[in-house]
Amino acid sequence: MKPKTAENHYVLSSSPHAHARSSVSRIMLDVIVALLPTTLAGVWFFGMPAVWTILVCVATCVTTEALCRMAMGRESTVGDLSAALTGLLLALNLPAGIPLWMAMVGSVFAIAVAKQVFGGLGMNPFNPALAARAFMLISFTGPMTTWLAPVSRCCRAQAACGVDAVTTATPLAFVKAGQLDQVPPLWNLLIGDMPGCIGEVSAIALALGAAYLLWRKVITWHIPAAFIATVAIYALVSGRAPAHVEVLTGGVMLGACFMATDYVTSPITAKGKLVFGFGCGLLCMLIRQFGGYPEGCSFAILIMNAICPLVNRWTQPRPFGAK
Amino acid sequence: MKTVKSKFKFKGGVHPDYNKELARDGAIERLPLPKELAVSMSQHLGAPARCLVKAGDFVRRGQVIGEKAGFISVCVRSPADGKVKAVEKRVGAAGAMADAVLIDTTASLPEDAPPPPVLAPMDWSSATREELLGRIEEAGICGMGGAGFPTAVKLNPPPGKRCEYLVLNGAECEPYLTADYRVMLERAPRIRLGVEIMRKVLGLPAVRIAIEANKPEAIAAMEAAFADIEGNVEIVVLPVLYPQGSEKHQIYATVGRVVPEPPALPIDVGCVVENVGTVAAIADAVELGEPLLERVTTVSGDAVATPKNVLAPSGTRYADLLEFCGGATERPAKVISGGTMMGFAVSSLDIGTTKTTSGLLFLSRRRVFQYSSQACINCGRCLRACPMNLNPAEISKAMEVDDVKTAEDAHVMDCIECGACSFGCPAYRAITQFCRKAKNSIRARIAAERAAAAAAKASDGAAKKEAK
Repeated sequence: MKPKTAENHYVLSSSPHAHARSSVSRIMLDVIVALLPTTLAGVWFFGMPAVWTILVCVATCVTTEALCRMAMGRESTVGDLSAALTGLLLALNLPAGIPLWMAMVGSVFAIAVAKQVFGGLGMNPFNPALAARAFMLISFTGPMTTWLAPVSRCCRAQAACGVDAVTTATPLAFVKAGQLDQVPPLWNLLIGDMPGCIGEVSAIALALGAAYLLWRKVITWHIPAAFIATVAIYALVSGRAPAHVEVLTGGVMLGACFMATDYVTSPITAKGKLVFGFGCGLLCMLIRQFGGYPEGCSFAILIMNAICPLVNRWTQPRPFGAK
Repeated sequence: MKTVKSKFKFKGGVHPDYNKELARDGAIERLPLPKELAVSMSQHLGAPARCLVKAGDFVRRGQVIGEKAGFISVCVRSPADGKVKAVEKRVGAAGAMADAVLIDTTASLPEDAPPPPVLAPMDWSSATREELLGRIEEAGICGMGGAGFPTAVKLNPPPGKRCEYLVLNGAECEPYLTADYRVMLERAPRIRLGVEIMRKVLGLPAVRIAIEANKPEAIAAMEAAFADIEGNVEIVVLPVLYPQGSEKHQIYATVGRVVPEPPALPIDVGCVVENVGTVAAIADAVELGEPLLERVTTVSGDAVATPKNVLAPSGTRYADLLEFCGGATERPAKVISGGTMMGFAVSSLDIGTTKTTSGLLFLSRRRVFQYSSQACINCGRCLRACPMNLNPAEISKAMEVDDVKTAEDAHVMDCIECGACSFGCPAYRAITQFCRKAKNSIRARIAAERAAAAAAKASDGAAKKEAK
């Protein structure tokens, strides 16, 4: 920020007088950049419906943010890019074939209800994109659980039966039904050639983005590592499905690297982040195994969001020199 | 004597741009005696000295013009001959207003003026510990690293506490500053002598000389000066990391001991930390009888024509230092006394330097930014940066709504105000300022409670007397 000073005065401020020149918008931009690989993968696999969903969500979120701030008589915060990021994250958490008006309603909910009602960036207890996804899952259960087959298979199917798009079941639905033989092979799970939300399918693209965030020091390893390790260990112990299937399908990769690591709604200490990641992984697997839905990643993160202040309280750092 | 790498790395810390190349290679230059000096009575930590002169008085170089006013205090001597023009309130070493004696150094002294007071040179090897301590006190020496703690107090541990390690602070981790660096290069033999005097005063402790790895010439100079010293003396090369010069962190980095929470002091873990400039001043005071009247100040910043390391009398007005360095290349947007991490911004160039003015920085508009009231996004950078392992985010959020209790529970009193939290905050929150605000209100509350307790005790005593 540029200082405001009268021409004939020296700027007076409390120390320090040096700054690393990091900024909130730069961090948000970094996350958006990190999401580009999985966004492109989503577009590659699901085609134009994915593009439209992404554009509608981002545009609606940014517009809603601007309107909310205007209505509240506060300065605009569109420039911090957090609303654009929320829009992108929400789109990546939706099935490609979702009617666009539903995506729009979800976006308005994410910004207006889940974020600005609480005071805007930094004040929201729940991850806005995930809160909106949960809201949409309850309100529009049918469209939210109708999955487009990836384009590759779709083309083959189109050739066979001459329809526009083919809907199919997600690998997790097969796992839930005990039909493990229907789960796509490992290579498909890695590159993302399987049905699912736009941004959750390609594990490789997500890992690439996560690596970028780690390199830029935007996130630390604690939450993703604890989350994914918990899911893998639970899978090994429970024997429900192979560990790689539990980790690579559904929202675990997207959730662990991009949703659970949301600063505002996750703990601030390293210890707290480990507890948080563990809780997310455990709840996710419990919902998958015993819950009504085949996938529980977003609910797991939302529940952990709720107890984040408590985790913070448990894990306050001990000062240097304190007993 | 040997040189070793630091084995202990503290948690946290940041890497600000050092900008030391601006003044690093400039040999110390003596400032011609300025026409006017503004000598503050508050050049140190603790009670300001009691002013002994008034407008119209003539003063001689070395004359005590402010006497020690309490246990934690030091005397102030006039840095030059001259006539007192006025005594008025100016900003002192701690940033608060204090009496300053304005001395006109061009005034001709009356013929009957007394001769300047002289401190006799001493032979440190035959002098007693008490004599040496007395000399350090009467020479008006306080820590020259920044905090300005009275040196004679520091070198005289309370009964039952023994100094096992004397740590020489040559880290100079503040950006821009090169004064200590130049002193190490140019006055190495004085530092050696000062160390020997301090060892005698402290009962022959081991010595650790702490220097950051980015100052190889200073390390070489110290190695040469201390090559033939006897006893347990080591030069400890520290990793380049701010705040490496913080007392607690330096003790950890050199000796591996952890100073407990306040009110514990380094001496509680058997350590005394002293800045290299202070040590050279001790040598001058003892061997030459030269009180602390001047110091090296780094004048730097991107708005200064020729950044320099200037040897100037205390009380030199900032304007005179700027002029000596060729003036400003453009109008400075911010003027900082000290370094960019812990120094304080000043509003005028009419203020005089003190015994703790290690640097004077003139920054252009491009180097100046403003804090905002953006909300905390909980990113955790301040936690990771905090060398005291506090939760600055929590403290700043609490203080935003004046919740001092929460800040206190979050151990805000342990905060060393190093500025690492604010430095990295992407929301540009004034976290360090919030910590300072919390500490000040807690200190004020404790003082008020003490006063109330004392008053209650007094009235209680009076009531008992009456009852008798």
